[in-house]
Amino acid sequence: MTEYRAPLDDIRFALRHAANIDALAEMAAYAHAEPDLVDGLLDEAGRFFEQVVAPTNRDGDTVGAVRNADGSITTAPGHAKAYGQMCDAGWGGIGFPEEYGGGGLPWLLGIAVQEMMTSANMGFSLCPLLTQGAIDALLHHGTEVQKETYLRKMVTGEWTGTMNLTEPHAGSDVGALTTKAAPAADGSWLITGQKIFITYGDHDMAENIIHLVLARTPGSPPGTKGISLFIVPKFLLNDDGTLGDANDLSCVSIEHKLGIHASPTCVMSYGDNEGAIGYMLGEENQGMHCMFTMMNNARLSVGLEGVALAERAYQQALAYSHERLQGRAIGAEPGTSSPIVDHQDVQRMLLDMRSSIAAIRGLCYRNAEALDIAAASTDDDVRQRADELAALLTPLSKSWGTDLGCELTSIGVQVHGGMGFIEETGAAQHFRDARIAPIYEGTNGIQAIDLVGRKLGLRGGGVIADHLGSIAATVASMDGIAELQSVRTILASALEAVTEATQWLAENAGDMPAVLAGAMAYLDMLAITTGGQILADGAVAARSLGADAAAERALLARFFAANRLAGVPGKVPAVTAGAADLAQARATILS
Amino acid sequence: MTDEATELTMNKTRKVPDATRRSSDSKSGRYLGRPAWGETQPEVADSSAMKVVVCVKQIPDPADPGALDPETKTLKRDSKLILDESDSYGVEMALQLVDAAGDGEVHLVSMAPNNEVSGLRTALAMGAASATIVSDDALQGSDALGTAKVLAAAIARQEPDLILAATESSDGYTGTVPEMVAALMDLPSVTFAKSIAIDGGAAKIQRQTEAGYDEVECPLPAVVSVTAGVVEPRYPSFKGIMAAKSKPVDELTIGDLGIDADQVGWAGAGQEIVAIEDAPAREAGEIIEDDGDAHERIVAFLDELKVL
Repeated sequence: MTEYRAPLDDIRFALRHAANIDALAEMAAYAHAEPDLVDGLLDEAGRFFEQVVAPTNRDGDTVGAVRNADGSITTAPGHAKAYGQMCDAGWGGIGFPEEYGGGGLPWLLGIAVQEMMTSANMGFSLCPLLTQGAIDALLHHGTEVQKETYLRKMVTGEWTGTMNLTEPHAGSDVGALTTKAAPAADGSWLITGQKIFITYGDHDMAENIIHLVLARTPGSPPGTKGISLFIVPKFLLNDDGTLGDANDLSCVSIEHKLGIHASPTCVMSYGDNEGAIGYMLGEENQGMHCMFTMMNNARLSVGLEGVALAERAYQQALAYSHERLQGRAIGAEPGTSSPIVDHQDVQRMLLDMRSSIAAIRGLCYRNAEALDIAAASTDDDVRQRADELAALLTPLSKSWGTDLGCELTSIGVQVHGGMGFIEETGAAQHFRDARIAPIYEGTNGIQAIDLVGRKLGLRGGGVIADHLGSIAATVASMDGIAELQSVRTILASALEAVTEATQWLAENAGDMPAVLAGAMAYLDMLAITTGGQILADGAVAARSLGADAAAERALLARFFAANRLAGVPGKVPAVTAGAADLAQARATILS
Repeated sequence: MTDEATELTMNKTRKVPDATRRSSDSKSGRYLGRPAWGETQPEVADSSAMKVVVCVKQIPDPADPGALDPETKTLKRDSKLILDESDSYGVEMALQLVDAAGDGEVHLVSMAPNNEVSGLRTALAMGAASATIVSDDALQGSDALGTAKVLAAAIARQEPDLILAATESSDGYTGTVPEMVAALMDLPSVTFAKSIAIDGGAAKIQRQTEAGYDEVECPLPAVVSVTAGVVEPRYPSFKGIMAAKSKPVDELTIGDLGIDADQVGWAGAGQEIVAIEDAPAREAGEIIEDDGDAHERIVAFLDELKVL
């Protein structure tokens, strides 16, 4: 096992040269996010997650969360203590409003902190992540009383939150859910039903858990139009805000999973006795709308999980490649064994990890920056453009980030050779932990549908056109820079291919099966091209940061361009193939 | 035991003039015979407030491989410096003592090149109220005594009730500075504290020993060195980090402290680093295979090391 070191140099580079956090600090809303404060916060957050949370990762995997005979959940050794220390330090709240005890700092900075937390222990990080989602929903849709009642304790982390969507027959199709809400005389609601896959549905790290539960009210329309959202606390509150009686809800079992063992994935039962008391959040039948307001944030955070796990896997693979002696590298003394990092193919794997991490980190950070500008710019036009860009980038961050998380952690295993397949080295844990991320928070297939179905048509195609235009500007910015000419050529070809694919999708918008058949290939094309753009932007920016930085960033951009970006034009046929073969296969091969 | 330990560990004890030492008329005589420490700072008297000074060292990050400068034969300190972990225990203990007293503050004193404060910011973010940083080109090459002179002068300006320091730094390891500071300030010195309780004008200290601990009592002010690992240093909260930005850091030169350049740095150093060399690479260990006599060979091996 290799200790985690927060990659602060790379994080700072992405904050300043993929996004521009110092420019955010020039906006009134983030005026206190001055560069030296940002640096100080990053240093201390890095130290905290390295020293307090990262050491819990192994027990989180090997011991995991356990459900006791009395139905209670005990998290893995060290997790409750580390969580308490994190609440004291307040790291979960830095991006939330100051009026509820948060830091009022850019979401972008919160994303950087979240990356470190997730690298340190992804299973642990899911508790604050779900709490963040619940806070978002309350902030946007809660009444003043509801906000006052719940937010302060949730922003500090003293109370945690959950999101209860899934039921056994209602997963990606949320509209099929059957949990019921019946009105009570006092204006509250009585919730009955069962929910599955509820992350941190119960645990021993906080004194109360605020469940947000999707349910149907009597006489509501079928499908997603008839779903409402409810606040259902584990412990009801007395009038003075202190904890009162236990609500009628329980965790009836937890799942045995491929990874993220630290995170208890609960089957939750509501209203087995008199009915669980809930309070409606937002308007009746507007539950799906409420969920969607927090979707961009949550999906970005899940995309970031891919970055975080790939980073930890990379650090471990790099360290191992220096320790492990095997074979004689070309040019090494006869009769000696070389560290495997001296072998070209191992160098290739490590550099693939490193450059891809830089690309996807940059994409996620740029996405977060767009959310910040969309939330706080005083210029309506700027705000609107940023909102559109965030909408476009979010499915790319989520889908490409999580797919890369799986792929790069798999390469991390590969670098270890046979030992990578042995659990003792710890390389396998990252690979197993990464596998959930393409599934939850909207499967990657759904991200692709979201991209081609909702996002390409934004502003009549103007949003994607603007984005492709920005890539063209990046291509032009490399004119005359000798060390970036290969990047320039390959990025230009990729852009041409993406433009062609975009055009085809627009022309075939009426043929929905054809569009959906090509959606995933298109998402990959656009994401990889955007990743190449971000590395190129970084390489150009680094030219003013000294010779070493310039050389390093140019190298990463060149490697990514040759190894991943160059494959983009090859995906055009997959986008434009249409759905005929799929339909034929459904009738024959897949019948 | 207690009396004996007290005698052993206090090289100089003195009577505290009166119980309310923060009253103005006691000031002139507080730090005996050291007028050169300069003018005392005007301060509002408050009989209950407790002021603790913690000496903190900012060192190169031990996680990054350090390098020695072949010219000066000293550790290179041109990279970013961080708070020495061994000082975080003193800071934590000081914060707890002030908390227990109900009123007061923790002040940090540090000496580092170029007014470096990044390590101080960590301790300020933990909850210290203010800091003094002494930087001066003339300080380069200072030995332990030179360092102690500077720290003592800076500490004296604060008129603290208690001075805490680590037993030794994690980069230099001389382990003598706190005692030198005490001697220079003519204050009692207690070493290797594992716990400190303040009772009126005196400190009750548990002093770590090889066998257990001594209970030591001494009048205040006193200089106490704190053993690493005896408390769990808090991690700064993000609000603490934000607040630390605006906490006062007093930047001083040796001139401000009334110290002459020939007393410190290379000029004043009583020690000289003659040569530096790399530590020898660790040699492969001996593997003893058990042919039935392994235990005897292990005993013989330990015997040879004279550890039995």
